[in-house]
Amino acid sequence: MNRVPITLLFLATWLAVFGQTQFPTLGIPLDIRPALIVYAALTHGMPTLLGIVAVSSLGTDALSANPIGVSLIPCFLLGFVLNLQRHLLLREQRFAQAWLGLSGGIAMPLMTWGLLQMESQPQPMGFGLLLRILMLGILNAAACPALFVVFDGLNDAFEYKPIAEMGFRADREIKRGRT
Amino acid sequence: MPSRSFHWALGLAIALAVVLLNLPPVAAGRLRVAVSSLFLPLFGLVGSFQSLADRAAFAPLTRSTLIAEIERLRMTQQQLQLSDMQGRAALEENARLRSLLGWQPQVRWTHKAARVIGREPTTWWRSLTLDFGERHGARVGQPVLTSDGLVGRIREVYPLTCQVVLIGDTECGVSTLVRETRDQGLIQSTASDPIGEGVVLLRTLQHSPGILAGHSVVTSGLGGVFPPGIPVGQVVDTRSAEGGLYTEVRVRLAARLNRLEEVWVLTQKSP
Repeated sequence: MNRVPITLLFLATWLAVFGQTQFPTLGIPLDIRPALIVYAALTHGMPTLLGIVAVSSLGTDALSANPIGVSLIPCFLLGFVLNLQRHLLLREQRFAQAWLGLSGGIAMPLMTWGLLQMESQPQPMGFGLLLRILMLGILNAAACPALFVVFDGLNDAFEYKPIAEMGFRADREIKRGRT
Repeated sequence: MPSRSFHWALGLAIALAVVLLNLPPVAAGRLRVAVSSLFLPLFGLVGSFQSLADRAAFAPLTRSTLIAEIERLRMTQQQLQLSDMQGRAALEENARLRSLLGWQPQVRWTHKAARVIGREPTTWWRSLTLDFGERHGARVGQPVLTSDGLVGRIREVYPLTCQVVLIGDTECGVSTLVRETRDQGLIQSTASDPIGEGVVLLRTLQHSPGILAGHSVVTSGLGGVFPPGIPVGQVVDTRSAEGGLYTEVRVRLAARLNRLEEVWVLTQKSP
């Protein structure tokens, strides 16, 4: 199996973790990790998903004021549930990808914020924080189909092409006439 | 029905999370340094690009513009030198009077410049990463400010970088006073206002009807973390809270926290 698409997915996750520390817009970090996890959960196996979850959650916790490891469970739960139910999801439909991105973009920060309540005092949930989380959801709703387009394109570019089998088989040929 | 690999994955993730969340502080700190060091090349790359962009911005300036700028800077420097001399004289006089009265000498601070290399990736904390670490003299608790006003304090220190918790975060309480009325209070959180970025809530210790919009808020020096007199911001409005027990004041911060590029860290304090 060609490892280039998976390597590129890990590279994208690493860049996404770094990117959210660099380009805040309207006070909101550009966090597209939920969209990446949705993509990994719907197109790759559990080992790859675990790797993506580890890179994205540990990276974010290390660069933020979060206690290290706190975002691991929300990231994993999002990917795990989607991976478990992916045969029921219309994962090739763009609107389904957008909805999953939106749901992930809202659910993941909310779960992390909920977990943080147990051991530290993050900003209390108010209208401002809710609005920012909603905007993150919208960002991921836009990012998720775009990621599918980009990575499907990369897969097509780097995966080995299947051998095209011909309909003609010499051993099944009906020979006519005298031999 | 989930296969066995799903159970293994679920168990592994939960076990990893439990172990990580229960790590001793020293081990957690080392892990944080190790993981964040994976991103150092990218931080370096972005810093180099910023430097290049800064230099490129000066490239099209003409020689006459640069000479005019040098002249202007020379004048400013002379004015600052005069102010510095007056300030030094006042400080010496202050120290003499303090010794005559038998008061403790005032703590003096020096400052070092640092560049902002990263911002908080989550929406519920307010922090920054600076290219100023333990090797440069960073210590936990050192105040961070700009020429406009207070920014925050250093929360965690790593070998090459440090994390600054910004004013308005729940972990950065600042003891302040309103300069005009001398009412004291505590800034503990950001106003929960989606469009009010850069506005924090100040709660006074008692009901303070004299505070008006436009009054300036400075650090009080109580608590010993921040030196007194650093500008924090200006009063936007006030309201009576808890049945008139105290006053809640919305303060617009002097420093523009979402546009910080360079900051000053108050480093050594010597008597």
